[in-house]
Amino acid sequence: MPEVSMTVNGKPAKGQIEGRTLLVEFIRDNLGLTGTHVGCDTSQCGACVVHVDGRAVKACTIFAAEAEGAEVKTIEGMAEPDGTMHPIQAAFQDHHGLQCGFCTPGMVMSAAALLAENPTPTEAEIRDYLEGNICRCTGYHNIVKAIMAASGQDVSRVAAE
Amino acid sequence: MPKDGGIGASSKRREDVRFLTGTGNYTDDINLRGQAYVHFLRSDVAHGRLEKVDTTDAEGMPGVIRVFTGADFEGVGGIPCGWQVTDRFGEVMQEPAHPVLAQGKVRHVGDPIAAVVAETREQARDAAEAIVLDIEELPAVVDMKAALEDGATKVHDDLTSNLCYDWGFVEENKAAVDEAFGKAAHVTSLELVNNRLIANPMEPRVAVGDYNRASDESTLYTTSQNPHVIRLLMGAFVLGIPEHKLRVVAPDVGGGFGSKIYHYAEEAFCTFAARALNRPVKWTSTRSEAFMSDAHGRDHVTKIELALDADNNFTALRTDTHANMGAYLSTFAPCVPTWLHGTLMAGNYKTPLIYVNVKAVFTNTVPVDAYRGAGRPEATYQLERVIDKAARELGVDPIALRRQNFITEFPYATPVAVEYDTGDYHATMDKLEEIADIKGFAARRTESEKRGKLRGLGVNCYIEACGIAPSNLVGQLGARAGLYESATVRVNATGGLTVMTGSHSHGQGHETTFAQVIAEMIGIDADQVDIVHGDTARVPMGMGTYGSRSLAVGGSAMVRATEKIINKARKIAAHLMEASEGDIELKDGQFTVAGTDKSVAWGDVTLAAYVPHNYPLEDIEPGLEETAFYDPANFTYPAGAYACEVEVDPETGRVTIERFAAADDFGNVVNPMIVEGQVHGGLAQGIGQALLEGCAYDENGQLLTGSYMDYAMPRADDVPFYHVDHSCQTPCTHNPLGVKGCGEAGAIGSPPAVVNAVVDALRTGGSNITHIDMPLSPSRVWQAMQG
Repeated sequence: MPEVSMTVNGKPAKGQIEGRTLLVEFIRDNLGLTGTHVGCDTSQCGACVVHVDGRAVKACTIFAAEAEGAEVKTIEGMAEPDGTMHPIQAAFQDHHGLQCGFCTPGMVMSAAALLAENPTPTEAEIRDYLEGNICRCTGYHNIVKAIMAASGQDVSRVAAE
Repeated sequence: MPKDGGIGASSKRREDVRFLTGTGNYTDDINLRGQAYVHFLRSDVAHGRLEKVDTTDAEGMPGVIRVFTGADFEGVGGIPCGWQVTDRFGEVMQEPAHPVLAQGKVRHVGDPIAAVVAETREQARDAAEAIVLDIEELPAVVDMKAALEDGATKVHDDLTSNLCYDWGFVEENKAAVDEAFGKAAHVTSLELVNNRLIANPMEPRVAVGDYNRASDESTLYTTSQNPHVIRLLMGAFVLGIPEHKLRVVAPDVGGGFGSKIYHYAEEAFCTFAARALNRPVKWTSTRSEAFMSDAHGRDHVTKIELALDADNNFTALRTDTHANMGAYLSTFAPCVPTWLHGTLMAGNYKTPLIYVNVKAVFTNTVPVDAYRGAGRPEATYQLERVIDKAARELGVDPIALRRQNFITEFPYATPVAVEYDTGDYHATMDKLEEIADIKGFAARRTESEKRGKLRGLGVNCYIEACGIAPSNLVGQLGARAGLYESATVRVNATGGLTVMTGSHSHGQGHETTFAQVIAEMIGIDADQVDIVHGDTARVPMGMGTYGSRSLAVGGSAMVRATEKIINKARKIAAHLMEASEGDIELKDGQFTVAGTDKSVAWGDVTLAAYVPHNYPLEDIEPGLEETAFYDPANFTYPAGAYACEVEVDPETGRVTIERFAAADDFGNVVNPMIVEGQVHGGLAQGIGQALLEGCAYDENGQLLTGSYMDYAMPRADDVPFYHVDHSCQTPCTHNPLGVKGCGEAGAIGSPPAVVNAVVDALRTGGSNITHIDMPLSPSRVWQAMQG
């Protein structure tokens, strides 16, 4: 079986894989980083979003071999080494942007990618950007609110429109 | 005591940290040493006779450990049904066998035929393709009414027909209802479909079976809302494993919405195969498998008629419903269109005479069972749609017509067998009119019209029955289980508490809210309270989480157990302070003697319980651990009023939700932030049902909506910010917390609001349309506008 190597959350990672092994399978099964989830098999749900060389990628849409040499960041790499959560993670907790938690890693990684390219997105821009991330629990209200808050916007009037 | 630890505080959720940092422990994250993988070969035809299942080639494929077929399960029980409905003639329902792997016939696309266990997931999948099937395809039964025609192909050859039951409720009222219709000044009737849905929690189902030969114990890790129920059903009825040799663990579970209540064949298979092979066996559902193996929801076809007198008072209600059961009876399927639907047909109104007829039908489709709301959304939708239609026919304001017929005195015994303990429907409607700014609608409509859009307003009420339920009552109604809940509160020597609850959290936040309740009762910090759930080896007993019952029933059990703890701790405190037990007060974690300055801290008392040197050993045992079982006296009845404003693009038929307001009465509220989140999620699912979601089969029983590319899940840009309010609170009168439950309300109350709004918008545009069936896709709306 071929070997693949990449950097995951700042650490070198390598493993034996089949040609058909998806990046998400490599992350979950080979590396044991089970924070990245698999919610569908048609690249629709976004639970598996990670960053590959700084871009948000659905880890079920690329083979592990395609990430050879890449810099990969997963949800496990978002908090500070001392455990302090990333501001987006903290905003999700502060604003109840998650319930069952299954879509959450993908939501956080997508939100981080959005804010990297658009630091203060409007509500409409956030909703549009999250087109590829499905959540069944929250009705999106508090996810959108959390992302707005993480971007420094005042969300105190959101529920009282 | 800090308010962020107690009842009424929007405490942040403690479970969030693990979910946000990728350290949750979902079932698919569990990998056992020596684990093998199973892949199920599923039927790709809806109905057929299995002539041959040849596994020879597959058994020789790389990594294959064993291939199982239906023949391996001939000595094993089938998947049981947990509810037996008795029909209007006094006969029990027809109840077909449901084998773990198909035997003789396949009955829906997705029915498992064979199971390949191999060293890797890929090897199992590859080998399944080498199984040779010979299936004689039979005509598929898909349409419910066609299924009941004489000569229709039977889904189950050994049943007399495809009719599961013909249920009448209240049968004794039928003649009086018919008579009332004969005298009515006005009758409004409506035929509608409550569209079939697929629950789609984001975590697909997973099962990992394990077996310990040394102790002869089996363990099943599974994505379940009720692990103890699975232990009982699978142990007693399928595999014949006694409870003391069977452990079921449901760790972090990624949403359920009903679909993870039921005992599924894959759970039994993995447990069975782990014993047979003496090694762990894991199955992880793909989303494609989930679409054709998770129980579906809704799927009712209904005719409803409402009779009114000359003063617009509701005088009678009559409904005729066909309810799809699918190919087999899922765990609670028979009770959904009957006891969870017929008993709610009074809604918020004092209609004196009601008759409900439900014919449950077998078809060659995936089994249908409870999905968020379960029976109550079906009742609410038809009732609130027919009232809206009546208001239009009579030319009266739909809110005024509702108000005129509201139940206003409580307790109120409905003509459909339930008694509402408390409520205030005018209050929630008042609140709705305020937060939805109903008065401002006309101006908003004018503004929309300037942009070429049709704007509509839809308002409706709902009531639901939660906190299922008094065990003796549901036993009479056909439940094959009790529906109490249990809790064990273990106080540790140093004062911390481990609370084991039979409720299960799969997104609801019990670890936070349940701790808030106990912290308030004792007056300690919530951080001192740990909530344990989801493991039959740690939690003594449990009936699980569904029907918005966790806080109302599970929370009540926990309160009762904590009261026992406090009573015993008070005795210990009295001894320590040499005072009379009757004078001991507990506040802010301190026991005091009334009228004195004597006090001992909670931690001193708990330490004394486990280091009983100075202790009333002659009166009470050492230790501080109590269990309570709570069996509710009645259901709870959350109710509310919802308003939706839509814009319809007359060029395309596209509907957008512009505003949505929900005024709910949930009784007392423990954590407002979590309650609001529950409503938000329910609203999105209800809006999804109304506008987007619909499970479709073709006439051959092929599932057309088998992935997220075909089944339209609500996305972030399909929904607005919601305006929710729960300040109207009439506490439940019969549980210790006064809570009613909030998990399903949003999904129950929202579909009629959306459809009422779209009909309103189209009529503004000059259409005389009275109804469009959900989902209100652009093509359906556009076609209706042309018609």
